[in-house]
Amino acid sequence: MAIKTEAVGKEWPATTYEVGKEKIGEYARVIGLDNPAHFDREAAKAAGYREVVAPPMFCVVYSAPALAPAMFDPEVGINFATMVHGGQQFEWGEPACSGDEITTTARCLEIFEKEGKDGKPSNGFYVFETISVNQDGQEVVRGTWTNIVRGV
Amino acid sequence: MAELHAGDQIAEFKVTPDKYTPHRYAGASGDFNPIHIDPEFAKAVGLPNTILHGLYMMGLVARAATDAVGGDPRSLKRLSVEFRGMGAPETEIAVSGTVKSVEDGEAILDVVAAQGDNVTIKNAEAEVEL
Repeated sequence: MAIKTEAVGKEWPATTYEVGKEKIGEYARVIGLDNPAHFDREAAKAAGYREVVAPPMFCVVYSAPALAPAMFDPEVGINFATMVHGGQQFEWGEPACSGDEITTTARCLEIFEKEGKDGKPSNGFYVFETISVNQDGQEVVRGTWTNIVRGV
Repeated sequence: MAELHAGDQIAEFKVTPDKYTPHRYAGASGDFNPIHIDPEFAKAVGLPNTILHGLYMMGLVARAATDAVGGDPRSLKRLSVEFRGMGAPETEIAVSGTVKSVEDGEAILDVVAAQGDNVTIKNAEAEVEL
């Protein structure tokens, strides 16, 4: 079955997320990070940050909401029953700090089919990009999300 | 902080997520997919039990890469990973890695997360500022 590719290049409405100090701490504790710059305003400022700084991977908290409508868009047509998160890349720019208002836009980069090995059915690859910028227009993170649907 | 050279191992760290780590990660991240927090649901969709969030393990990989250069979060410039095996709660995760190259004040690290023989994150490439 040929995979639908008409959503390639489509962009979805941006979402905005205000980063909270306690939310950063909650995330940092789960990952086991103990750098005081993630918890304490004075320590963050002493380390040269504007405010309490988010760990790099906190980016999933503020960028994923922009991705959700893209993944569930019927025009994309992902079959969630056999989908796995295959790969992920983030490139960071200006650090995200508490109080920042981060706006994220999602776009479909690629949809393609790869033939399965040893006679297995083809897999569908759905690649999305999210770009997140802060209130000053600085790019905070750029994410590339690869979802694989087995047996398209 | 020790200087990094191509071929060096980065400090390995081990962590055992407890039974409720996926619940805490779900709350922290906003990802409440039931395959991570509801054993009945996970089994109904063919999984052995609840599984760890891939992005939680990527968070551990980011931690290892950042710690390798002194722990300043802004040193991590880029991280790309492939999710392979599924991670299980209540099982020790070892995050280890090697320095691939060092050039112009930046190092490329190759990081792996595994639970015993089950490699959960493979081919993780981290670009860190020295």
